[in-house]
This record gives sequence, C-alpha cells and structure tokens, in this order.
Amino acid sequence: MTTLLTNARLIDPEALTETTGSLLIENGQIAALNGTTPNGATVIDCGGKCLAPGIVDLGVKIGEPGERHKESFRSAGLAAAAGGVTTIIARPDTNPSIDNPETLEFVTRRAAEASPVRIRHMAALTKGREGREMTEIGFLLDAGAIAFTDCDHVVTDTKVLSRALTYARSLGALVMGHPQEPGLSKGAATTSGKFASLRGLPGVSPMAERIGFDRDMGLVEMTGVRYHFDQITTARALPPLERAKGNGFDVTAGTSIHHLTLNEFDVGNYRTFFKVKPPLRSEDDRLATVQAVASGLIDIISSMHTPQDEESKRLPYEDAASGAVALETFLPAAMRLHHAGHLSLPQLFRAMALNPARRLGLPQGRLAVGAPADLVLFDPDAPFVLDRFKLRSKSKNTPFDGQRMEGRVLATWVAGKQVFSAEA
Amino acid sequence: MTFRARHLLGIEHLAPEEIRTVLDLAETYVDLNRRTVKHADALAGMTQINMFFEASTRTQASFELAGKRLGADVMNMSVAHSSVKKGETLIDTALTLNAMHPDLLVVRHPASGAVDLLAQKVNCAVLNAGDGRHEHPTQALLDALTIRRAKGRIQRLTVAICGDIAHSRVARSNLILLGKMENRIRLIGPPTLMPSGVADFGCELYDDMREGLKGCDVVMMLRLQKERMDGGFIPSEREYYHRYGLDAEKLSFAKEDAIVMHPGPMNRGVEIDGELADDINRSVIQDQVEMGVAVRMACMDLLARNLRAERGRQAVGVMV
Repeated sequence: MTTLLTNARLIDPEALTETTGSLLIENGQIAALNGTTPNGATVIDCGGKCLAPGIVDLGVKIGEPGERHKESFRSAGLAAAAGGVTTIIARPDTNPSIDNPETLEFVTRRAAEASPVRIRHMAALTKGREGREMTEIGFLLDAGAIAFTDCDHVVTDTKVLSRALTYARSLGALVMGHPQEPGLSKGAATTSGKFASLRGLPGVSPMAERIGFDRDMGLVEMTGVRYHFDQITTARALPPLERAKGNGFDVTAGTSIHHLTLNEFDVGNYRTFFKVKPPLRSEDDRLATVQAVASGLIDIISSMHTPQDEESKRLPYEDAASGAVALETFLPAAMRLHHAGHLSLPQLFRAMALNPARRLGLPQGRLAVGAPADLVLFDPDAPFVLDRFKLRSKSKNTPFDGQRMEGRVLATWVAGKQVFSAEA
Repeated sequence: MTFRARHLLGIEHLAPEEIRTVLDLAETYVDLNRRTVKHADALAGMTQINMFFEASTRTQASFELAGKRLGADVMNMSVAHSSVKKGETLIDTALTLNAMHPDLLVVRHPASGAVDLLAQKVNCAVLNAGDGRHEHPTQALLDALTIRRAKGRIQRLTVAICGDIAHSRVARSNLILLGKMENRIRLIGPPTLMPSGVADFGCELYDDMREGLKGCDVVMMLRLQKERMDGGFIPSEREYYHRYGLDAEKLSFAKEDAIVMHPGPMNRGVEIDGELADDINRSVIQDQVEMGVAVRMACMDLLARNLRAERGRQAVGVMV
C-alpha cells in the first residue's frame, strides 16, 4: 500500500528544518520526500499542517502486570496513538517487576496483541527493584530488553550498583538511573523552599538531585557503562552534566514534560494531580531545564506517564501517590514551549523522537528515506480545553485538567498504517 | 463588621479586617465567660462535631466548651485513627459525617492540607483545629487577642517566635497573622529547626537567642515537638535548654514589659523555665487558654451566621 502525504509542513529533527513538501509511505517505510506521485497512491492533503516523526516516549508506566485497572496495554496504546506517540518504552516498575525473562516475554506478547503502537520494554536492573541482586541482564537482553532501570528506586548500595553497572557494561547494555540522594529525599512531597514551608509539606532540597547525579557519574567513570539519567530537573545538576559530556563519557540525560511546563506553585491548594516524582521545581529551575533542552545538553523529553486511580490521589497531599498520565497531553504540553518561543518544533522533535530513538538504537525518530513510517500529523495552534474524562487512559490523573491547551494531533501512523485519526 | 469566610481553614485566607472582627467579637465572649451564667444561644439547635485524628486534650476541650456555651449540640468523635485503621479514607469519613447533617465540623489531622481536602467534600462550616505542619488558625487568633489585651494593640510590635519553627503549625499561622497586621517578626532557633526557604519569609532570623530577643515586645515560645522529629535535629535536650530555653536571664534582653507566651502543653525545663512560666507578671500563658475559648466561640458564631445566611439564600433561590 502506497500513501502520499502532500502539502505538509515537514518537521525534520535531524536537519532542524521546517519545510513544506510531501512524504511518500511505501511498505511501512518512508519511500520518498518531495518526490513524484506514483500510480495508485492514496493521496492525503495535509492542509499545511505539521508532519513529524512519531514520538518515542522513554519511560512510560503501564499497569501490566499487576495494575491493569490503572492502565492496560490496550488503553495505553490507544492513548499513545491519540497523542502522537508511536513507540512506547515501557518501565519495569510493575507488580511484580519485569525482572526476569519469563515476565518480559509475557508482557512483550501482551503488548503486541493489544497495542496499536509499538511498545518496547525496559527490564529492572536489580531483582524486584530492591537494590540487592542484579537481574539476569544477559537473558533479558536476549529476550528483548531495551534498557535496564530500577525506575525511581535508587540503588542505595553503591557496591551492588557498581557490580551491576560493570556487568551491564560487559554486555553493552544501556542503564537508566534516577539521580536522587535517597536519604535527603525520603518522605519528601515537594521541593524545599518557601512554598513547601508555608504549605507545611516535607520538602527535598534540589541539591539531592545533584548529589545523586555525582554519585552515579562516579560509577559511570569507574565502570564505563552506557548511562542515561531519567530526569534532570534542577539547574544545579546541569554544570556536572555538561562536564561529564565534555569528558566524553557515554551519558545522556532526560527530563519530563511536566518539569518543563509546570512549577512548584502549580500545586496550589494541595492539588495531588500535580504530585510527581521528583517534585515540581522552582520557576528558575524550570527555565534552566528548558534552556538545557534547547541547547541539547538535555537530550530527551519523556512524558513519564504514570497512571494512578482516583483513590490513590484523593488523599492528603503527603499520602497521595505520585505521577501523572501524559501520553495524550505530551504533545499539546510541548506546544506550550513552542508557543512561548523557548523551543522550535524541530528542536522539540529532536528531544521527543530523534534522540530517544538514537539512544536506544532504534531506526525511528527521523523524517528520512528508509526510516519507518512512524509519523504524527498535528496542528500546533488548534486550541482546546482539556477535559480529563475524555482521555483514553484508564486513569485520568492529569495536571492539565480544565486548562487551555494549543496543539492537536490530527493523525498518527505506525509502520505506514494509520492508527489514529482525529475525525474518527 | 466583616467576615466573609465559609470555613476557617487558615489565617492565609483571612483579611486583616476579618481578623479584627473575630477579635472584637471574642472580647464580648471574654466578658460572658467570666460571668456565673455563661450561656448564649448563637449556636442553639446547631450540631457541632469535633473530629480529632490526632490526640488533643486542650484544643478539643476548648472547642467543646466554646460550642456548649453557645448552645450547640456538641459531639466528640474519637477518631484517633480508629476508622482509618479499618482502611476508611478521610473522604469517606467526611462523607459519612456529612450525612448526619452537622453544622460545624472541627477537625484536627496529622497531614498538612487534610482539612482543606475534607472541607471540599462537606456542606457545613469546617474549622481547622490544626493540620500537620500547615496551620492552626484559632491558636494564632487567640494569641492575637492575648497580645492585644496585654499590649493595647496588635500592630507595630516586635514579636519573637522561638524554637521548633520547622515543625510548628502554630508558628506558620502566627507569622502569617502577625505579618498581615504589620508587625516585625523575628524567628529564633537552631538552623536545623528552621523551615526551608525561611530567608524569603520577610522575617528577621537569629540563631542566638539573646541577640534575637533584644527589644522584643512579645516572646512566643514553641513546644519542642519531640514526637514529630525524625531524630537528630538537636544534639540533646540539655544543650537545647542551655541555648534556647527561655529563662529570666535570656528574657532580660527583651523589653522590660515584654510578655511571654506558649501555646502549651509546655515542656518545663526544655524550652521554658518552670518558674518563669508561672510568673504572673511576665507570663500570659493562662490568659491564652482563657482567650482560646472566647476566640473559638467568636469563630464559630461568625461561621454559623454565614452558614445561616447561605442556607437562607438557597431556600429562597437567590444566586450566590
């Protein structure tokens, strides 16, 4: 099947350009850019809207196994398709954790049956994410694990972590860590400061991120492992990140869309949908993080999609669960950064599609001949008011409920097959 | 007279004129409480439920007495985690109570923001009797009344708040109230017991008590909240008493007529010298207890008036 998408604003994150042109899909791949119309091709006029490589979302929580009432592969896949996310990189912080090849094979099969978008799985670095014994990294790699992480559980025993990293290094595995000093962040619900104090909430110093970063970076130097920091959210962690990259270590860093678009004051009167991990930061930290994405110092933006049901959020702030759903709001939220003039559309898709795909060794994330036809067509200016009950995720815990957003996904293709249309 | 609030959740939500309204009305209840027959009927026919998720003797007794003197039917729910232990959420507890049609709900809870959360789910007036480290509004109001009666005014005073400020909801509410009424506030304590971001509070900060007390009109001591501590905030009780315990010698650095306050219950010999606490010439600690009942009567009276007005409007279908 051949499809020609004409009259599209092509967002190219490699060349960092926006040009009007056409894109030909053939056999699930991008077959031509600005070429001729082959006979028998289905022609779709994009009406001048933006066409970009589909989002590769590194670090999505799906509730299978264990919490399917919060999110299933089906609901996550539908939400992703509607949000322009064509590849989900799922987290292993499930119940039980994805920490052995049998569980990994199970979720891989379930995901392939149920989801309209691609889902790849990360595996836990230590068994049960308990930070005591490393998982079967070799078997898990063979079974298709794309990276290894204990998610927000910091491996506190440095000896255990150094061995796991050394072992991962020998297999060339990518490890994702959560830079946080767990002693300082224990029990914290907010970032320390005047706001935390006036709300009477326990806060964590932003320095805890920097200390966690420094420790992990020391182990990266020691072991030579390929390492990705899942979320850098504070200004203080940026200079050491810059040094580490300058020194040639194989490190990359990510951040979350919420830390780029919201700050600590958004919590307001104890609104638990704004409780995420790490907690939202000061406006100064937010702006520094945005700037670091623009400069390329921070490589990847993730949704950090974390579904939570109403019961786990309708609690006093300290007791409420952390996390926010974001697959469907990822792109509209990112458009805030575009409209504010902080990041161009190609820069955004560099961080949301190209860089994560590259880091994980995937062929996605590019608008190039031969690349998989994983695409998103969107209108960056279309306004709407977000109604959380219209989200496709099983959980509705979005901080953007009731907010004015700009940016709508019009259509999504995975391997050349249309998996979402705004009209349908 | 101005008092618009539907709930009393924190001093943060009160305007200075609303604070003055509470204090003025409380004065009349101080007089009433000193009579032999202490009855008024401001809350006659109304139901007041005291729901304390955290153990309290003094505050609960004060609210109970205040409600009874105003003629309310008062019920004390001993919820100290009984239904919570059975797995019931705070919101379910609130909805259960709400179904019994209370008019005034007095709530204390160990989690900051829990009373705000509860207030969103019920249709009676909610009074915050202390939520976590957040606010304790009636304490700040009774402190303000005590100061106003002792000093003749509640503005342009220099007030020192001393001790465990980080863990204290009393300190939060007091510094918001005293700030709104345009006083000069000093926070005195070891840096480990100061809240984060304290430099942005607009207060003067001291870790030396003698230095901090110089020229103060009011010295507010805080309880050293031992039960709240993870451990290791101070080296020992005796070192704390040596450096931050209020005694006559340290008090001599404050103004000659400075008053000494404490929200109770006191740890004698930890944060305050026992003899000084009992010195009727300097200590107004017993007055605070007396003012507490009057202030709580005033708060409940005002909230009940607003509640009646709101229900009246609803009954005749006026849009609000």
